Amino acid sequence: MGGEKEETSSKPAFDVGAASELVGKLRGAFASGKTRSYQWRESQLKGLLKMTEEHEQEIADALHSDLAKPELESYIYEAAMLKNSCRLALKELKRWMVPEKAKTSLTTFPSSAEIVPEPLGVVLIISAWNYPYLLSLDPVVGAIAAGNALVLKPSEIAPATSSLLAKLMGEYLDTSCIRVVEGAVPETTALLEQKWDKIFYTGNGKIGRIIMAAAAKHLTPVALELGGKSPVVVDSGIDLKVSCRRIIAGKWGCNNGQACISPDYVITTREHAPKVVDALKQELEKFYGKNPLESKDLSRIVNSNHFFRLSKLLDDDKVSGKVVHGGEKDQSKLRIAPTLLLDVPRDALIMQEEIFGPLLPILTVDKIEDSFDVINSGMKPLAAYLFTNNKKLREEFVMSVSAGGLVVNDTTVHLAILSLPFGGVGESGIGAYHGKFSFDAFSHKKAVVYRGFMGDAAIRYPPYTKMKLRLLKALITGNFFAIIRAIFGLSKD
Amino acid sequence: MAPKKGHLPLLFFPASGEVLPEPLGTVLIFSSWNFPISLALDPVIGAVAAGNTVVLKPSELAPACSSFLAETLPRYLDNRAVKVVTGGPNLGEQLLEQKWDKIFFTGSPQVGRIVMSAAARHLTPVTLELGGKCPTIVDTLSSTSEIKITVKRIAGGKWGPCSGQACIGIDYLLVEKKFCTMLVDLLMKTIRRFYGEGAKNMKNMCKIINKHQFERLQNLLKDPAVAASIVYGGSVDEERLLIEPTILLDPPLDAEIMTEEIFGPLLPIITLNNIQESIEFINARPKPLAMYVFTKDESFKQQLLQETSSGSVTFNDVMVQFICDSLPFGGVGQSGFGRYHGKYSFDAFSHEKAVMRRGFFPEIEPRYPPWNDFKLKFIRLAYNFDYLGLLLLMLGLKRN
Repeated sequence: MGGEKEETSSKPAFDVGAASELVGKLRGAFASGKTRSYQWRESQLKGLLKMTEEHEQEIADALHSDLAKPELESYIYEAAMLKNSCRLALKELKRWMVPEKAKTSLTTFPSSAEIVPEPLGVVLIISAWNYPYLLSLDPVVGAIAAGNALVLKPSEIAPATSSLLAKLMGEYLDTSCIRVVEGAVPETTALLEQKWDKIFYTGNGKIGRIIMAAAAKHLTPVALELGGKSPVVVDSGIDLKVSCRRIIAGKWGCNNGQACISPDYVITTREHAPKVVDALKQELEKFYGKNPLESKDLSRIVNSNHFFRLSKLLDDDKVSGKVVHGGEKDQSKLRIAPTLLLDVPRDALIMQEEIFGPLLPILTVDKIEDSFDVINSGMKPLAAYLFTNNKKLREEFVMSVSAGGLVVNDTTVHLAILSLPFGGVGESGIGAYHGKFSFDAFSHKKAVVYRGFMGDAAIRYPPYTKMKLRLLKALITGNFFAIIRAIFGLSKD
Repeated sequence: MAPKKGHLPLLFFPASGEVLPEPLGTVLIFSSWNFPISLALDPVIGAVAAGNTVVLKPSELAPACSSFLAETLPRYLDNRAVKVVTGGPNLGEQLLEQKWDKIFFTGSPQVGRIVMSAAARHLTPVTLELGGKCPTIVDTLSSTSEIKITVKRIAGGKWGPCSGQACIGIDYLLVEKKFCTMLVDLLMKTIRRFYGEGAKNMKNMCKIINKHQFERLQNLLKDPAVAASIVYGGSVDEERLLIEPTILLDPPLDAEIMTEEIFGPLLPIITLNNIQESIEFINARPKPLAMYVFTKDESFKQQLLQETSSGSVTFNDVMVQFICDSLPFGGVGQSGFGRYHGKYSFDAFSHEKAVMRRGFFPEIEPRYPPWNDFKLKFIRLAYNFDYLGLLLLMLGLKRN
């Protein structure tokens, strides 16, 4: 039986035996063919949609409990995005399920070929704590659309959302094929020992490595949605007010900086930096008032571990004197005010790891073009942003900066474009999803060739002669004249 | 290489979205010994087309081809960008310690696991082209000419490519009992015609690559129950490392010859009462790289497609899916993941970067805090693409 929390010794823990049993049951359900029908997939997607619509307030409450997430953020980034995901899948599913015709060539004439999408089987989805509703269910939408059975393991660091998911999914979805396992390291380890047909993980690179190593034992393909330091390059000669508002919306407006595609740090020219700082300060005050620690429009830091991690970044000697705005903390409420740091050294702690919090370092360069070298000298991030009106700079950015995704003149909004693949590269991850990419992520595209018994060419079979070789060579290159020459024995060799 | 456009909702107007392919960086390609030129260079084509720099490590078990590649490639390709390194498992291990932007591996599942575990340390994406036991289902056919063609295709497809040492080679047959005798008779005649008779007189067949593989194959036949099931062939030429095409009828299913990929010129034939049983037989075993089916029954074809899983399926022929460049070539489950050939090779070595461009105007105020009821209503309507509702809200006419 899945779904048991790690509790005192009176209740059985979800161990390797329990995980194995659960996977066995799901394999049986998958083998029965249940999840493959369009009707089943449609019913489950509708179930997710209904579940989100009917329990919106409970979802917002759980998110508030876990993260003090403002209602609007809960609405846009969790509920609305998930609903859009479901709606798109429902609208397009029939089309996605249709085999794709493929061209065949002269060498296999006569034949026809197609590519048939099929479910991988039983998949494991492990999600993160920062958008615990969306990041759990968005991959589930893909897995269901592709016809798989699945286990979802939500993050224990967002416990209210985790138990809400377990409860609601048990009520709205087909539990013979879709299960939630709650828990922490022991439960996740037990799950990772099993053989899955795919593992989809959202989180950090350290755990991503552990997951991929576990998957390697069973040759299980993985999708890893990780993170990185997403830079924002701010050019001069732009609408600074609008730019800063968009930076703020992407940074503090997204779970107070605790988002994988949040702007991590800003790069601008030495000359332009003071203006950028001023504009940011102005807009920050408009958004969050003079006492941002009290603002209801900011999430809190998720737990004390992360609070201390972020505090340490501010306590680092290398950044003392660099704070130009904010820096206030309230440990009892796990709140840190929006903080700007100017001219931090590249070897400061705050520039070594993904910040994932409300601190925004601003690096300065001589020429704005130098910022691309700064970005490319680090690990490839999940996203990179540029604010500019300079067409040449824009195109250079797009061509030379490698990241999961790029946005020019805004931040984070590419997340909502379901026709764009969402995923990382290098340290920021493997694989992509959203929209049809989610369906593809959980499918095997099976190549199928149909041949008949006519048109059997003796040239394929032994005994192999020079003549057959000539003709075969000519056929494969498709060179009409070579074919004629070969048939009539007129070839040079 | 041209970017693909994406559709944007009106909410973000004006904006443009596209997917731009870019090279991953520096990639490592391991190739295998059975098709040592094509399985080495085919992935290189994809890597180079996608704009990467490449290190190719061909298999040391095919040393002549390996040296050929090491000596010849530098004369034709840009030496600074494409390098060939030769060596054995030690070299492989050393290469795997490095951080690559992609690793492309063709070979066995056992080594595939090692490659993926090493890649995990650096979060390097991998493509694993592995193998498996590719079943060939032969339905009972009635037309003589069709039966002849079927047998020719099986004989050509099993022993032609590298004496059965091929990842998509036919591993075993599944046949109905009533059809078996006729099939085996015809198969034996065809084998004699194509390949001669007896290991000493063989023609048109490759040798077994080395003594180790030769002994492995011989050992498969050592089990007395397996040896007893041989109905044709079985002779070997130890000096020239040749094994004659060998047919076994219903060897024990738990013998190694039926649990491990054969990768050689031995062909077990498993008989069934009804060809429908082949579905259950195949599903009880790891997903193969390819499945071949000879049948004229259209509903059986659909049933197989729906109820079994494999890298690919070919109806009424063998091996040909390999030369269709518009078809993805790759496995699923134990036979691997990832794919290549044609554009899929380009994609295998590319990162599809999402790019969105926006203007500064117009601005949507409700995005920004401080939030209030109006802004919340606005955002709800916007996310539902309820533009009429939005208009009414702005005009103060929306009741909610």
